Amino acid sequence: MSDDKARVAAFAAAEFAARASYGRLLARVAARSGDVAAAEDALADAFASALTTWPVRGVPTAPEAWILSVARRKRVDVARHLSIARRPDVLATVESGIDVAHRDIEREPDERVGLMLVCAHPAIEAAVRPALILQTALGVEAAVMAPLFLLSPSALTKRLVRAKAKIRAAGLTFERPDDSEMAVRLHDLAEAIYGAYTLGQESGIVEGDTGDELRREAVYLAEVVAQALPHHGEALGLLALVRFCEARRAARTSEDGSFVPMLEQDPALWDVKAMKEGYELLAEAAARADRGPFQLEAAIHGAHCYRARSGEVPWNEIAHLYATLVHEFPSVGAAVGLAVATAHARGNPAVGLAMLEAMDLDRVRGHQPWWSALGYLHRRAGNFREAHRCLSRALGLTAHPRLQAYFRGQLAALAEGDVAARAPACGTS
Amino acid sequence: MHYMLLFNSPVEDLERKREDPESSGFWDAWRAYMGAIYAAGIVKSGNALEAPYAATTVRLRDGKRQIHDGPYADTKEILGGYLIIEVASLDEAILWAARSPSSSAGSTEVRPVMAMSTT
Repeated sequence: MSDDKARVAAFAAAEFAARASYGRLLARVAARSGDVAAAEDALADAFASALTTWPVRGVPTAPEAWILSVARRKRVDVARHLSIARRPDVLATVESGIDVAHRDIEREPDERVGLMLVCAHPAIEAAVRPALILQTALGVEAAVMAPLFLLSPSALTKRLVRAKAKIRAAGLTFERPDDSEMAVRLHDLAEAIYGAYTLGQESGIVEGDTGDELRREAVYLAEVVAQALPHHGEALGLLALVRFCEARRAARTSEDGSFVPMLEQDPALWDVKAMKEGYELLAEAAARADRGPFQLEAAIHGAHCYRARSGEVPWNEIAHLYATLVHEFPSVGAAVGLAVATAHARGNPAVGLAMLEAMDLDRVRGHQPWWSALGYLHRRAGNFREAHRCLSRALGLTAHPRLQAYFRGQLAALAEGDVAARAPACGTS
Repeated sequence: MHYMLLFNSPVEDLERKREDPESSGFWDAWRAYMGAIYAAGIVKSGNALEAPYAATTVRLRDGKRQIHDGPYADTKEILGGYLIIEVASLDEAILWAARSPSSSAGSTEVRPVMAMSTT
């Protein structure tokens, strides 16, 4: 009996340590050698040791520190065997770090961000970065993430292994990049975290499912980055953006589980506290030297949130923000947003339609939001047949079930000539 | 790379009639998908198949020929159509498979087409 209890307690403690501090521990183990894959192995060994040792000797008072020191010892063993011949400094540096670990392992956002920055390095393929960060910083398993990234588990695992091999082969280091380099790297990191967030948000239908978990982990990472790099406006901008998205989360799903686009959402359901935090972060970011796309994007979301107070969408301000975004950090998404916002600001869908049609067709033909915006504006302009054609194409380009259902509903309403139905809102979230 | 997308659907879906008003959402979804994938310029060939009741299955066992009405076995999902597409990578093929209506109601299989020399 008591054996069982001890085992259960040991499992619970190990699991808690793993969930709460995996990334932090991995960062500490990998920081000096830069070898993420080896650090992961060492950490996995340490957790395995915990599961055999703790039930017998009891759970240590500082479980994380225990695991860290065991992992580092394992890492040193491995380093002795493998890389000592090639990199004579490795052993010494790894060993010198061991004892520091026993104190104060909470206070290490810097090293965790260092680990994330390595994962978002330009040498790593952009598509694999979000998954790599989630795995190295939080220990999310490839099999869990794979469907969200539209990959088979084995394909994602292969890519992660390749990326880690690259980190090692290229000798990517954890050294803090200089300021100009930092701006670029931080942007890539923010892209990866926000990518993970939107992926989780789009696929997370049920509370507690994989997508929902991914979303929450991404929120946590955005918090860590803002905490570690408070002097970078973009780090604060990323967190502000995430806060605004989080604020509207409950309103994105109707009672029957279907998707509700932003303009159709009931602002009474938006989370006031999260919006307030978003505005505060934006104000703080504005005091920093760097301005970037995440702050502008967050400002656009923040402007939409004004509707909670005034009942009106400030389209002029939103159009202005999109214009700045298009001018300074051009992207297809920003250009589509500008077209829709301009149509609203001028009260004339034709203006927005002309802007959309003037875009480079080769770049937008396969882009669902472009078709969705076209359909939206055609419908507002009363061109129902064109609206149907465009929304049909948007449906054909959508892989997300909830968005598919939304477009199907729009098409059915148009086909029934149900023009009195509420005009469709466009854009996501 | 050439891939075959195999659209497997529940029998009820494969027996839907074009003119059935209840099925308009179903046909909207397929029209939207086919419109998008053909417009992408990646389709090499493909066909939709008649409903499973139109199938005849032939087998030779122990030297005896067996001929059955209907598909080979009673399975929930049956091949309803296929496309051969040419895309740069498996990732792209999987993205198109994920967009297919058959992925929600049934499943969509992605198979690389075997490269054969023609000589």
